[in-house]
Amino acid sequence: MLLISCPYCGVERPEIEFRHAGEAHIARPAEPSKLTDEEWAEYLYMRTNPKGLMAERWRHTHGCGRFFNAIRDTVSDKFVTVYKMGEAKPDLDQLLVEAAQ
Amino acid sequence: MTHEFRTSAGGRIDRSSPVEFTFDGKSYQGFAGDTLASALLANGVHLVGRSYKYHRPRGIVTAGSEEPNALVGIAREKGQNTPNLRAPQVEIYQGLNAESQNRFPSLSFDIGAVNDLLSPLFVAGFYYKTFMWPRSFWQRVYEPFIRSAAGLGKAPTDPDKDRYANYYAHCDVLVIGSGPAGLAAANAAAQSGARVILCDEQAELGGSLLHDATSMIDGKSAADWASETIKALSENDRVTLLPRTTGFGYYAQNFVALAERVTDHLANPDQSLPRERLWQVRAKEVVIATGAIERPLVFPENDRPGVMMAEAGRIYLNRYGAMAGKRVVIATACDTAYRTAVDLKAAGVDVAVIADLRPEPVGVHVDAARSAGIRVEGACVVTGTKGRLRVKSARLGRIRPDGSVTVMGEEACDSLLMSGGWTPNVSLYSQSRGKVVWDEEAGAYLPGPSVQHERSAGSCHGVYGLHAVLEDGYRAGESAARAVSSAAKRPETPSVSGGEAGAGGTLGALPHDRDPSRVRAFIDFQNDVTAKDVKLAVREGFHSIEHIKRYTTTGMATDQGRLSNMNALSVASKSLEKPIPQVGLTTFRQPYTPVTFGTFATTARGEAFDPVRRTPMHDWAVEKGAEFEDVSLWKRAWYFPRPGESMHEAVARECATVRESVGIFDASTLGKIEVVGPDAAEFLNRVYTNPFLKLGVGRLRYGIMLSEAGFIMDDGVVGRIAEDRFHVTTTTGGAPRVLAHLEDYLQTEWPDLNVWLTSTTEQWAVIAVQGPRARDVIAPLVEGIDLSTESMPHMSVREGRICGVPTRLFRMSFTGEAGYEINVPASRGREVWDAVWKNVEAAGGAPYGTETMHVLRAEKGYIIVGQETDGTVVPNDVGMDWAVGKKKADFIGIRSLTRPDIVAAGRKQLVGVLTKDPKVILEEGAQITAEASPALKTPALGHVTSSYYSSALGRSMALAMIADGRDRIGDTIYVPTAEGVVVVEIVSPVFYDAEGGKLVA
Repeated sequence: MLLISCPYCGVERPEIEFRHAGEAHIARPAEPSKLTDEEWAEYLYMRTNPKGLMAERWRHTHGCGRFFNAIRDTVSDKFVTVYKMGEAKPDLDQLLVEAAQ
Repeated sequence: MTHEFRTSAGGRIDRSSPVEFTFDGKSYQGFAGDTLASALLANGVHLVGRSYKYHRPRGIVTAGSEEPNALVGIAREKGQNTPNLRAPQVEIYQGLNAESQNRFPSLSFDIGAVNDLLSPLFVAGFYYKTFMWPRSFWQRVYEPFIRSAAGLGKAPTDPDKDRYANYYAHCDVLVIGSGPAGLAAANAAAQSGARVILCDEQAELGGSLLHDATSMIDGKSAADWASETIKALSENDRVTLLPRTTGFGYYAQNFVALAERVTDHLANPDQSLPRERLWQVRAKEVVIATGAIERPLVFPENDRPGVMMAEAGRIYLNRYGAMAGKRVVIATACDTAYRTAVDLKAAGVDVAVIADLRPEPVGVHVDAARSAGIRVEGACVVTGTKGRLRVKSARLGRIRPDGSVTVMGEEACDSLLMSGGWTPNVSLYSQSRGKVVWDEEAGAYLPGPSVQHERSAGSCHGVYGLHAVLEDGYRAGESAARAVSSAAKRPETPSVSGGEAGAGGTLGALPHDRDPSRVRAFIDFQNDVTAKDVKLAVREGFHSIEHIKRYTTTGMATDQGRLSNMNALSVASKSLEKPIPQVGLTTFRQPYTPVTFGTFATTARGEAFDPVRRTPMHDWAVEKGAEFEDVSLWKRAWYFPRPGESMHEAVARECATVRESVGIFDASTLGKIEVVGPDAAEFLNRVYTNPFLKLGVGRLRYGIMLSEAGFIMDDGVVGRIAEDRFHVTTTTGGAPRVLAHLEDYLQTEWPDLNVWLTSTTEQWAVIAVQGPRARDVIAPLVEGIDLSTESMPHMSVREGRICGVPTRLFRMSFTGEAGYEINVPASRGREVWDAVWKNVEAAGGAPYGTETMHVLRAEKGYIIVGQETDGTVVPNDVGMDWAVGKKKADFIGIRSLTRPDIVAAGRKQLVGVLTKDPKVILEEGAQITAEASPALKTPALGHVTSSYYSSALGRSMALAMIADGRDRIGDTIYVPTAEGVVVVEIVSPVFYDAEGGKLVA
């Protein structure tokens, strides 16, 4: 079982307290009705699914209840970093460099 | 012939405590401290099982958990039978009852052994090649046949009566394995002040120190040094010692699962103890000290009972005083087998010869054997064995410099001990997701860089020799402790005499002079895989070791190939003409050895498997004799049969009662969310399709919630309690999902909205009172609310008191009758229910359950999310376009409602269907077709979603989703069933009070 750090609680807690909530940084369009079918389909369904670092949304469901973002390595299952909602997405290349050091 | 093969003295058994046990119904005697394997060997019993495929007689091969052959079933009381236990791990107790497996009628005469004569048919991939057609035979004929003919023990059928416990633990350093490396590591870590857990799968801690009869540590025998070290550890309150505990699973972030066998070794266990305990350990640092496993030699007929690993022979001799035989041949490619020879000889066993593959064996171990007067033959190989149920002689051959073999003759023996060298036990390292690295010099895969906070110590990473292993253990313990404490220190490595590392080893099939088509040399004993099978697999095109493994089943036994993998790999590598590292190694996975289901389940069985949610009025329904149904985790009263009533009769009566007078219903399970804040109305306006901004205080509105893809996700009634406060209800099963959905949008898309969400599902008890007399029934109990329709019309909410208890009183209906839902604090639910029930009863009313609720709402054409809808349904499909705010600029899912496939013709729509024969009740889920006998592959028009007998209509009725259904009203269509086709007519989905006059009365 993974230990996941909640950026709001500031502690590591077991994975069972959390729920995965899909890819991060996909903002809901401000005016959905103005989107073409293709643009709307892109928002609804298209996700990156990378091999390696991925920005994901997680929710500390059985804790503070807050959604937050995390960078997780989809190969090793390691959480590289977590950050609060609204904070900028970290530079993944920079994280890779740091991880290698 | 009691203890015929027992030494006169020595070992760690208690010779003053004889223990009686039975094996296959026959009584034997052993001593306290014996394992089943050692006690059987002491009684001269080698034959303990039949092999998986060929039913060949098999004997005890090892002294550890990697045992491939000696699998037994242990019977206690009913519900306490355990199959497939490994005899070297089973400790005997008075009255132990063990049975061999996979034989009929008996071990010495097994009818299944005919498979052995047919073995040319049972080659690699036999099942895939033979049981192919006809396809329908697979399930009915082939699989049952294979399962009964092949296989291991029988799974027990009675419920397990034992208890299993679960323990979470945290420590600084977890040491897995308590041999010299593990003990040294635990010692170093403990002396550094770390919190240590030391576990070992064996009954006694100490590992190889317990059977090392010749080495001395600090001037003490190895076993005494182990005892003193363990005693010191046990006196340290920061150290937990766990014998009989297998570290079976290494998971992410140093989460390690241990299975502790607490009572299996006891004749009369304390009833307060669990049988097994699952330890879920989060260790800051881990030391893997799991040792190395001796490899069998792959020579013809190497599977005959009496053929055993050389180190196992030494363990049984020195630790248990049990001799593998009285005249022993030792076949080896490795120095360590010489220790066994010397120890056996010292115990009075006749060691006929040491047959060493190496041309000129030399070194300290060889010298010791020679000076003990043991005959040593170099360039000597075993080329076969004889004997039916036990080895009687070994055939020896001389390996000539060109690699060919000439006959040397036969050597009589009653046991043959073999050693092909040692394979570091990298299972747990591999489980930690580390990548093993091929070490050419060691001829073995060794742990590569650590991926987690772990390090290996001792022979599991290729360090051999007692002194070196101890030093390595101290190093590992110190480095683990240093990672958690600056006070780490490494104790001085004690002085050691003896225990020198042994050189040598071989991989793969050995050369011989016999007809290759007629002899079999086994690689995987448990799965009956021979060297020929692996070669055949390669010839047939299986080149990846992962494919060879699955095709031949080599390495798929309970030891996960710890005995067989390296030999199989070597044979494959030679056939493929590729070096071993290019052939690869299969992955070791959790669990290390089989773990009982009980240990995984721990306390999560029966009632504790899943939590049960009960409403405040649950006990009342039980007292009234209600039948219950499970709705998510809730127990809901399904119907209330009177004595002698069938379900059908009870539901018909309950329905009629609600329609004619009044019924009372427990609606407490509905999900409830309190939505509060200055922006609450704006928020709800965005999450529901309906407009909410202008909903007046004191008004209710039925709302539909969509996913962003436009599909109906949940529905419910929302009441505006105040300008900034809403009481939201959801479906019973949907409450957590809806709350998560709302939180998601509130936190991540619209954090600017000032709204708070609180789950109040269990704060409110909800009493639905429905029917023409509902108002009369509650009126005398209500204070502070004018119940008249003028003052409190349909779809309104008022706050006041009922029976003196604060209430949010909803006037609403899910039955089609006028009615109320009384929300009161859950703690007061039962008393209010009792008071309301008294009035309902006096008015000739009745309680009703979920079945009646379903019928009544279906008569009105009200949908149930998840029954009429299936995650692909938009509001218009179920005729609820009226609930979609046309003037709204945005709500969740709005854009999807104009997607091309949503606005296209041909979508399934909600309609009613009536069978021509009013007595026929359709099956829910039944497919609907345009023709009575449609041609094959004609797509269905739709399906039945709800179907009941309606007492109000005096006939059956159903709801269905049918393509373009609303345009087909009046059409005759068909429902093909197993009993024949049913003719039905499409009608409006509202069967009862279509004008809704009853609701507003």
